Parts: sequence; structure tokens; C-alpha cells
Amino acid sequence: MSKLSIRGVSKQFPARRGAAPTRALEPTSLEVADNDFITVLGPSGCGKSTMLRIVAGLETPTEGTVLLDGQPVTRPGPDRGMVFQSYTLFPWLNVRDNVCFGLRERGVPRAEQLAVADRFLAQVGLKGFENHMPSQLSGGMQQRTALARALANDPKILLLDEPFGALDHQTREVMQELLLGVWEQHRKTVLFVTHDIDEAIFMASRVVVMSARPGRIKCDIAIDLPHPRSYRIKTTAAFAAYKERLTEEIRVETLKTLGMEG
Amino acid sequence: MDGFFAPLKPVGPGLRLALGIACFALFFLGWGIATYGGFVRPLFLASPGETLASGWALFVEYGFARDVLITVGRVVGGFLLAAVLAVPLGILMGAFKPVDAFFQGFMSFARYLPASAFIPLLILWAGVGELQKVLVIFIGSVFQLVIMVGVIVGSVRMDLLEAAYTLGASRRGVVLRVLLPAAAPQIFEALRLVLGWAWTYVIVAELVGASRGIGHMIIEAQRFLDTGQMIFGIFIIGLIGLITDFLFQAGNARLFPWTRGR
Repeated sequence: MSKLSIRGVSKQFPARRGAAPTRALEPTSLEVADNDFITVLGPSGCGKSTMLRIVAGLETPTEGTVLLDGQPVTRPGPDRGMVFQSYTLFPWLNVRDNVCFGLRERGVPRAEQLAVADRFLAQVGLKGFENHMPSQLSGGMQQRTALARALANDPKILLLDEPFGALDHQTREVMQELLLGVWEQHRKTVLFVTHDIDEAIFMASRVVVMSARPGRIKCDIAIDLPHPRSYRIKTTAAFAAYKERLTEEIRVETLKTLGMEG
Repeated sequence: MDGFFAPLKPVGPGLRLALGIACFALFFLGWGIATYGGFVRPLFLASPGETLASGWALFVEYGFARDVLITVGRVVGGFLLAAVLAVPLGILMGAFKPVDAFFQGFMSFARYLPASAFIPLLILWAGVGELQKVLVIFIGSVFQLVIMVGVIVGSVRMDLLEAAYTLGASRRGVVLRVLLPAAAPQIFEALRLVLGWAWTYVIVAELVGASRGIGHMIIEAQRFLDTGQMIFGIFIIGLIGLITDFLFQAGNARLFPWTRGR
């Protein structure tokens, strides 16, 4: 049985001020197996974030259902940890208390909260920054804290919505390796939305390509590269072959978005 | 001097203080020239020296300290009463849109009702005692504060709420542990502003039907054409305002250190 099952999910945003309603996502189905690392690749505005937000329970689908371990998703919950593109650390809490937030909401004893927080902070390389406030951290450090915060809840699936989108290129590459390292260790099921082709191939066990708005799944490519992967894999022939194929797939969609097809 | 008047360019703390003091110095210089130079008759404007002498006499001979205390008491009383009601109601309006829809129209109407116009009615209802003075301040402050707090709470970043939901927070948890801490520094700032307005209402209240207080003293002084006393009374209010502002700022820095440098 699939870990996560997206069945015929579509989203239409209601009409506003006489304008026609916006169809963000065509009926879409996707099966995610346990321990899968799936990257969802698509041009901007293709509805990939909408799909992720529906899985998170932050949006309700117009049609279709999402099942996690066979249970329908109706609202957000700690079993689906999420990292957003924007920096969403709580600015009034220090790094440690940010990571403790979910545990505290669920009534976990304080001593256990602290033990869990320190363990995950060490894992994302933030040992020694526990008492820093978010405003004292760089963007990359904030997103690592957000990752530790999501992992601390021990979610069934990790949802990542372009979490490295606001970071510079070099930081982003290091973050990809860090996330991949965490995944190789915990084997959490991951759904990762991005528009960066290198990022999509490097981390994924499967890349799902979405078409231009209204989005639907265009193709689903298994990435058969060995683990553990280091950044060096990005210069191999196998990687380049995947990149060539995905570049073609995405380019067609981007041209459509820009109204430049044909 | 290049860049001295560059837009938004910060100024050093020493120069900042010096410029601030220079403005006061210029004010007193202008006042001194106008009065000591004989440009304005003493009947209309007392000199700085006479004003200070009047102030001394007020405290030593007429027990002005008691008037000041009574006025401060009225301001604090009316302001606290308004805050106790307005802050929770504003939070509810900001957090819950149906509550906002219910109160918004009425509050927008009520805040344009001039507090001073209520004085005759309030004298009818509550006599000329302390309650009437406190109610004038209450009416002048409460509606403004409700609307300000509502806007502040309503504009808390949605992605912080969403992050809290995906971490397992309940609605109650989101209100208490996200909305409130996120809005608290600005609510504090709104209180500081409204306290400033409360000072204008108290003087208006004391100009009519009062037997003590700074406003009452100013009206009494007018009967004897003692411009020195009038000006001194007005200055005392300014001085108290300056002190409360300073206290609020110190309190803000102490209570919400995480807002520093943002």
C-alpha cells in the first residue's frame, strides 16, 4: 500500500470581481511509496505548491481525496511536517524553542522536548546556536532550523515547498546535501516541490514533472543514481542525461506559460 | 557634509542627542527673545523666567503637586479601563472575522463620536465627580484602541499560522501562542499612542466642572490672566508625556527584545 495517495485531486479558486474562476490544478493522481523521495518539478504557477498545500491540509481540494496511510487528510497535522519557502520561524522564540514548538503543543514533557530538539539541531549542524534568536541567523540557518522543527515531530511524511528558493546558489547546494544526508539516515517519505532541475534530480528517487497551469502530471521519471550521493554526482554522464531530458520537458511548459509556444 | 541629508541615512547617537537638545534650545531662545525683547506684551505671553517662577509658586503655595497627581490618576484610570476592554475585544476582532464583521461598522462609527461632546451627557449621568472624568477618557480611547488592536492582530503573517498548524497546534494554540506573541509589541505601541491622546481628553474634561487637576488650574489661571501659570501647566503635561513615552520604550525593549534591530 502507498504511504501517500493523491487521488483525482483538483483545485479551482473561486471567481473574484467578475473574473473567471482560476483552475490551478487539473485532477491529479500520485502514489508515493514509503521512503520515497519525490521531487515535484514544474514552471512557476503550475499548481505544484497548491498540490503540496492540499496534502498539508492547508487547502481543501475542489475534487478528489488525499490519503496518508489510508486515512483521509482533512486538516493540517503534525504527521505531515512542512518547510515553507518563506522564513517561518517564530521570531519571539529562540532556535531551541522553535524546534520544541510542535512537541510543546502536543504536551510532550519539557525534558524530552529539549533532548529531541538538541538531537535534531545537532543533525542540521546548528549545535551551539540553540539560544540564538531567528533574526540573528542567516537564511540557510533559518531553513535548517525549520527543517529540524519539522523533523522533531517525527512526521510520517515531510513536505517541502521550495525551501531553498530564497537562498543563494552555493548555500542551496550545501543545503541539498544536508537534506539528502538526513533522508539517507532517517528514510522519511519526502515530497519536495521545486523549479530547479539540478535540485530535483540530485535528491530524488522519482521526479514528477508538472505541466503549465492548470497543472497536471506530465511525466514521472525514476532517478536511478546510487546512494549515498555527493555533490560530485552532478557532473556525471548519468546525471547529465537526466538533466537533458528534464530540461526539454520543462522548457516546453515554460514556453507555454510565457505564451511563446509554436 | 556629503551625505548628511541623504534620504534614510542613519545619524550617530551623539549627534542625534545634540540635535534633539538644539531644538529645545532654539524654542526657548525664540520664546526668550519674544518676551524679554518686548515684542510680546506680558499680558499675552509670560517670559520663561516668569513661567518658572509661577510654577514654583504653584507647587509651594497652591499644592499643585496634588492637582498633578489627581490628573495622572484620572488619565491612568480611564486609560486602563479602556485597555482592559479594548485589547481583548480587538484581539477577538483581529483573530475571528465574524466578530470583526459584527463590531467593525459600529466601532468605526463610534470612534468619530467626539469625547468632549459627551461631557454634558456624562455630567448628567455621572455627576461632576471622578467617574465622569474617567468616562470621558474611556470614551475617547476605547474605540480607537479596539480598531488599532484589531488591525494589528489581523495583519499577523499568515505563514506563521500555517507553520503552527502543520506543527500540530490547535486553533486555541495558534491564537495564544502565535497570534498573541506576534502582535504583542505592536499592541504595546498602540497603547503608548492612545495614552498620549488620553491626555488631551483629560484636560478637556477638567476644563468643565472640575475642582482640581491640571486643567482646572489652567482655567483658574485664565481668570487672573496669569499666562505664566497657564504655560507652566501645559508644560507639565508635556513633561509627563515625555516621561511615559520613555517608560513605554524601556518597557518595550525589555518585554520584546526580539524586535530589536528589525
